[in-house]
Amino acid sequence: MSETSNNDDVVAVPLRHPWRWVSAALIVVVLGMFIYSLYASPNINHDIINKYLFNGKVIAAAWLTVVLTVVSMLIGTILAIILAVMKLSTNPVLKMVATGYIGFFRGTPLLLQVVFWGYLGIIYPTIDVGIPFTDIIWWSEKTSLVFTSLVAGIIALSLNEAAYAAEIVRAGILSVDQGQAEAAKSLGMGSGYTLRRIVLPQAMRVIIPPLGNEFISMLKNTSLLQVVAVMELYARTSQISSQNLAQVELLVVAGFWYLVMTTILSFPQSWLEKKYGRGFSVVNEKARWMRIGMKGNV
Amino acid sequence: MSKQLMVDARSVRKNFGSNEVLKGITLQVEKGQVLCLLGPSGSGKSTFLRCINHLETINGGRLYVDGELMGFREKGETIHEMKPNAISMQRSEIGMVFQKFNLFPHLTALENVIEAPIGVKKISKSAATEKAMELLKSVGLSDKAGHYPSQLSGGQQQRVAIARALAMEPKLMLFDEPTSALDPELVGDVLDVMRKLAKSGMTMIVVTHEIGFAREVADRVVFMDGGVVVEDGTPTQVIDKPQNARTKAFINSVL
Repeated sequence: MSETSNNDDVVAVPLRHPWRWVSAALIVVVLGMFIYSLYASPNINHDIINKYLFNGKVIAAAWLTVVLTVVSMLIGTILAIILAVMKLSTNPVLKMVATGYIGFFRGTPLLLQVVFWGYLGIIYPTIDVGIPFTDIIWWSEKTSLVFTSLVAGIIALSLNEAAYAAEIVRAGILSVDQGQAEAAKSLGMGSGYTLRRIVLPQAMRVIIPPLGNEFISMLKNTSLLQVVAVMELYARTSQISSQNLAQVELLVVAGFWYLVMTTILSFPQSWLEKKYGRGFSVVNEKARWMRIGMKGNV
Repeated sequence: MSKQLMVDARSVRKNFGSNEVLKGITLQVEKGQVLCLLGPSGSGKSTFLRCINHLETINGGRLYVDGELMGFREKGETIHEMKPNAISMQRSEIGMVFQKFNLFPHLTALENVIEAPIGVKKISKSAATEKAMELLKSVGLSDKAGHYPSQLSGGQQQRVAIARALAMEPKLMLFDEPTSALDPELVGDVLDVMRKLAKSGMTMIVVTHEIGFAREVADRVVFMDGGVVVEDGTPTQVIDKPQNARTKAFINSVL
């Protein structure tokens, strides 16, 4: 600082961080070597990868994966809202049913549940609609025709998802200040209306980030449906590789498409976060980050 | 006689577990009256206010608003719990303003005001909006209609909250320490709005620590302590010439 200047800016020589440079360089070298080894390996056939990457069957399977994910997630989330409200209700029967449901579906492996729904036809060979305890039956069908592997798969994924998402939704609802429901009540709003118009829109802000996580988990969990012969992405690529014995090449193909899909599906999340962040000002968000930053530096 | 009473509380008792918060409150509020409830914290004044619109269920006594038993149906000697819809209907006629405003943060000021008229009273959006703009103007905030609560000061938020309650055209307004959460320089605007409302003939019950406001605006001041009404009279009687030792001590401590 010169004495003739009124400017009191701090002009300091920045602290050097040599180890950051060394460690970064090391990581680049190791990563580069690994990628090159894969590329140059005589055991990986790049022509097969190129051949199947945009193969019609593979793309159709990837598309089915997206459909399975979106449908299961949609059903799962709707069930989750119902379960969360049940668990928060003062009705002891509803509370117990919801708690039991969540305990059961979180307590058993998803793979087991998928296989169970696939085998439903063994336990109940036919599905009958009629009056219980009488011989009156209006409609009857073989279970395997109603619960096709696709339907069984969607049921397994959505019922399982509902159990996890229910806790996320419940946390979201609990995060909304009690005063909000009181203000709504005092204006004559009923509990259903209050939930729909006042509490849930605010809870969304808390619900969406973990639900985005669930979405990505779901996308990858669809690969479990291979065991009930749903031709989603993983099932299709492993079917192809069992014929041409290019296992690693087709794993690369599947992995590529999973990455593409998870990347694309994360875009709606930021849009939704913005939408439900309405009224919760960005300024506060920035201020919070700055506070955290300050703490880090001081 | 009960025709002119807006609120008729008879030996109202309320307990939370084993803690008895209201130990038999008997209080009548006439239509058009402005009543200020004073008392130290924990005296039960806020709880009593919340009993009036059945945000809290009373454990004993009877509480009538405009001749109707709140939250219950009387059939001869027995009383039955009301269905939630019927309770909502009763509440929709009683406005309430909270200490922490409780505006809906995901809605703009205007949307806050029109939500209940549209959703509960089934008024058309255009009619509700027109009425809401009038109300926002009357609380001096017509230029803030499109702002979210987070963009408003505490005093502005509380004025929106008052407009929101008034949009339901209530017959009774309850204020639960409406200025306690405000910075001192913002209190005046809120009190001005309440003063105007009192002049318009609204029946108001105000839980407050603003002795000046009580003295100037209230028709009647009630001092509560330990879950009972200790003193009840005109502002001059209760604030300036309190008879009870507890009232004297409280008034001296806040003045």
